[in-house]
Amino acid sequence: MERSMSQQQGSREKPKLVVIGNGMAAGRVLEELFERGSDVFDVTVFGAEPRTNYNRIMLSPVLAGEKTYQEIVIHDEAWYRKRGVTLRKGEKVIAIDRDAKTISTASGRVETYDKLLIATGSTPIAIPVHGVTLPGVVTFRDLDDVDAMLRAAEKGGPAVVVGGGLLGLEAAAGLKAKGMEVTVIHLMPTLMERQLDPSAGYLLKKAIEQRGVKVLTSANTKAILGERRVTGVLLDDGREIPADMVVMAVGIRPNARLAKPTGLAVERGIKVDDRMRTSDPDVYAVGECVEHRGLCYGLVAPLFEMAKVVAAQLHGETDTVYTGSVTSTKLKVSGIDLFSAGDFSEGDDSDEIVLRDPSRGIYKRIVLKDDRVKGAVLYGETEDGPWLFDLLKKETNISAMRDTLIFGQVYQGGAPLDPMAAVAALPDDAEICGCNGVCKGTIVSAITKNGLSSIDEVRAQTKASASCGQCTSKVEALIAIKLGVAYQASKRKPMCKCSDLTHEEVRALIVSRGLDSMPAVMQELGWKTSCGCPACRPALNYYLICAFPLEYKDDAQSRFINERVHANIQNDGTFSVVPRMWGGLTTPNELRAIADVADRFKIPTVKVTGGQRIDLLGVKKGDLPAVWAHLNAAGLVSGHAYAKGLRTVKTCVGKEWCRFGTQDSTGLGVKLERLLCGSWTPAKVKLAVSGCPRNCAEATVKDIGVVCVDSGYDIHVAGAAGLHVRATDLLGHVETEEETLEHVAAIMQLYREEAAYLDRLYKWIEKVGLERVRNVIMHDHEARKALVERFLVSQRAMRKDPWAERAAGFGANEFMPLAVVASIEAPVDLAVAAE
Amino acid sequence: MNVISPTWFDIGPIEKIPSRGARLVKTPRRDIAVFRTASDEIFALENRCPHRGGPLSEGIVHGRKVACPLHNWIIDLENGEATGADGGCARRFDVKVEKGRIFLDMAQAVIP
Ligand code: SRM
Ligand SMILES: Cc1cc2nc3c(=O)[nH]c(=O)nc-3n(C[C@H](O)[C@H](O)[C@H](O)COP(=O)(O)OP(=O)(O)OC[C@H]3O[C@@H](n4cnc5c(N)ncnc54)[C@H](O)[C@@H]3O)c2cc1C
Ligand code: SF4
Ligand code: FES
Repeated sequence: MERSMSQQQGSREKPKLVVIGNGMAAGRVLEELFERGSDVFDVTVFGAEPRTNYNRIMLSPVLAGEKTYQEIVIHDEAWYRKRGVTLRKGEKVIAIDRDAKTISTASGRVETYDKLLIATGSTPIAIPVHGVTLPGVVTFRDLDDVDAMLRAAEKGGPAVVVGGGLLGLEAAAGLKAKGMEVTVIHLMPTLMERQLDPSAGYLLKKAIEQRGVKVLTSANTKAILGERRVTGVLLDDGREIPADMVVMAVGIRPNARLAKPTGLAVERGIKVDDRMRTSDPDVYAVGECVEHRGLCYGLVAPLFEMAKVVAAQLHGETDTVYTGSVTSTKLKVSGIDLFSAGDFSEGDDSDEIVLRDPSRGIYKRIVLKDDRVKGAVLYGETEDGPWLFDLLKKETNISAMRDTLIFGQVYQGGAPLDPMAAVAALPDDAEICGCNGVCKGTIVSAITKNGLSSIDEVRAQTKASASCGQCTSKVEALIAIKLGVAYQASKRKPMCKCSDLTHEEVRALIVSRGLDSMPAVMQELGWKTSCGCPACRPALNYYLICAFPLEYKDDAQSRFINERVHANIQNDGTFSVVPRMWGGLTTPNELRAIADVADRFKIPTVKVTGGQRIDLLGVKKGDLPAVWAHLNAAGLVSGHAYAKGLRTVKTCVGKEWCRFGTQDSTGLGVKLERLLCGSWTPAKVKLAVSGCPRNCAEATVKDIGVVCVDSGYDIHVAGAAGLHVRATDLLGHVETEEETLEHVAAIMQLYREEAAYLDRLYKWIEKVGLERVRNVIMHDHEARKALVERFLVSQRAMRKDPWAERAAGFGANEFMPLAVVASIEAPVDLAVAAE
Repeated sequence: MNVISPTWFDIGPIEKIPSRGARLVKTPRRDIAVFRTASDEIFALENRCPHRGGPLSEGIVHGRKVACPLHNWIIDLENGEATGADGGCARRFDVKVEKGRIFLDMAQAVIP
């Protein structure tokens, strides 16, 4: 029917097919058409670029100097001639007239068509900041862009690439290869976040940096600087990065510029149905300019599938349809092996398989659902990419090979060994510990010669498993094989099921190896899950805050609700609010403010806590910021009653009033609270200061207690009065308030730096020994001063009132519902359903 | 037999939910927690833990699961079931994402 329609045009012999755009999609349609032996159409192609069709994806190797333009041409002039195609190079189409069935070009040519194919690709997005139009700002889309970059690169100098996706990174690598100093600016925390998960993104960043390219993540471009030419880029945070050239690679937008004015249905791209027809049956569209079933693509594989369908349709095979594509990505930067495919939505541990080899920089993750591969990310070793992609596309049931899937195609078929037998079967020169290059023979002979019987001894003597800990289970198997029944599996307690390492080991490795982000820790220490669990994530977040107080960005989503919203959740989902009362002191004004807030927000319960302050219980989450704003106005700040941090400093009245008081215990309590408040700690920390040994502030059951005596201050540590009741141990005696403050700050910092997450102070001291702590704090003056210095650095970054920030609007989303649906008109058939 | 045709309500753009987090949608019948995983999958469950009614929207989201903030039951986001030894189920609701916006099936959400 369609064909007869086009023949109405009558006068010409063959119906006319006009193609707008001569890129990869158009080229492939023509190939497919002629492969079908099609001689049905009289074909004219308009291409805005002054050249024939070439392999656009190879522009990256051209930029890097690995290929020449001639090598990437797909169709030369002769190809078109041979097939009778009229090629109009360098002629841009500027309008389509669907009533007249004509197109017109910038040079004034008007051409009629029977069938029209739009293949205009996409256009690079320029972010709307000041300076984007300056000379020296380029995009990366066609050969002209590459030529411009190569010309600029000849002079060397600094270049900035905005955008850390596939294009941006390929541009960066190319410019670096041409001798420029390159910085990549990326908005998101990890590179290529659409194709990679954070672990692979971390490895990629490391690899790019190893090539000498600077990478700034979580960096937002504010403006492009320069008067007549670009001179640099200004970031949101005020940093300025000098640049002679700026490459914009933040994304692409389907080029539907011609389609829109002529009334074709356009949303993000030109809308096509499964036959690749636009809303006008005589107009087809193909490639990056289209939107099919709500999706736009930016890779060639889908275009090739679309092109097949377009050719078939034009050829009259109306049953051939396009139903969408699953895509996979590889990065074309030599030396970086990276593959991702499908949907690798965060699996939970039951439906993901993760393999990490930190020493070789390998990360592989396969996401499964219902025994089928749903997605995969491979970094460092990608040979199995196509195989996995095939399993994914064919939806093969993999239950039979689930256990060995991650090891790849070559491992399939053989019976899996049990781990003990596998280790026993290894030759002596097999490497067990990749980080330290220790082979089986070395470990075995150390065990037999020196009579080693524990993992710690083997670590100390051979270094095996002393770095990333990945091989711990293999080393343990070797000890077990050598010692037989004599070996008792070690009492080491791994942090959680995501890792074989203990808390203390993880802490130490974070510091010694400078692992400054969660993905870095998880990759370098061989995490067994892709992104942790509720047990390790809060712990890692704390360890990173403690190790890098100035650089690390807190991860709110890895915090327990109380710390995320700075209030304690109650059994009915409301919250409690506890303002600080420094050293247990308050004023009539503060009490009035608390009373007013309780009235105003109809807070049901006001209670005096066991920690010498007032608790407002039953506050609705949405009211929290307003409650805080009111309390702030009266000078009240967060009491951190919810925090793994400093809670209260209880005091007694002391010398000022009490007839037995020896020192100003209340005043010292206030000073201590001001010094320590706001710091995050492994578990909560409570202090008390008593004015004399009668000890009315119960200082000897606190984490840190100070008991004033005539000659000065006794400092106690490691008390508790909760789940376990434990009286403190006396750590030592000092003479002045200043010394007390210094010693207490040093204890805090030592505890902060060493303890396992959730270990109260007494648990930590039980592990490391009171003597050691006493030596550092009371006797090693330099160590103590250094601890205090580190504590103060951290406090400068952390000691702020979290309530004030939130009352001022920080994280406002957290406190409001996403949506409120006031009333719903019941759908008609609902009444039926309710019967 | 009575097939209820879904009634999709636009409840906002996906960026409004923090990655590995959740937000609440209040409806006349119930509060619904809408979750976003690390890779932008969206799930919706009634905001009531099957254990003792804890607000699931306040829990730590990991993988396709959430840990209830009150007593740490681990709830599967896909079907609302408590995992492991714990038994019970939070009601789930259909959600879909189109062009970066989240749609919730309000026809389900109003069923008692
Ligand atoms: C409010 C308060 C009870 C009161 O009404 O007096 C209280 C309330 C809670 N305590 Fe407490 N504790 C309170 C003083 C204490 C004290 C006494 C003290 O601080 O002098 C202790 C014993 C001292 C100690 O910690 O050694 C105490 C030992 C505990 C414990 C056991 C800790 C342990 O390691 O053994 C827990 C459980 C935990 O933290 O895991 C706990 C946990 C809790 C939690 C946070 C339970 C929870 O996880 O939700 C309660 C929060 C309620 C809320 O929203 O306010 N609370 N809790 C007290 C707040 C003091 C403050 O002003 O900040
Ligand atoms: C540097 C680079 C590297 C890439 N690497 C990869 C990769 O590794 N893997 C992968 O799968 N994909 C990659 N891509 C993406 C891939 O190149 C595109 O998906 C593909 O080229 C899109 O084909 P297309 O025909 O739709 O658009 P294009 O190839 O862009 O062709 C559109 C053509 O239409 C012309 N045109 C536009 N408007 C008009 C008009 N009004 N009149 C006349 N002509 C017009 C344009 O000048 C252009 O030549 C890469 C892209 C770039 C730029
Ligand atoms: S003792 Fe503490 S944790 Fe227990 S009910 Fe009382 S406030 Fe809650
Ligand atoms: S209410 Fe959720 S775990 Fe108890």
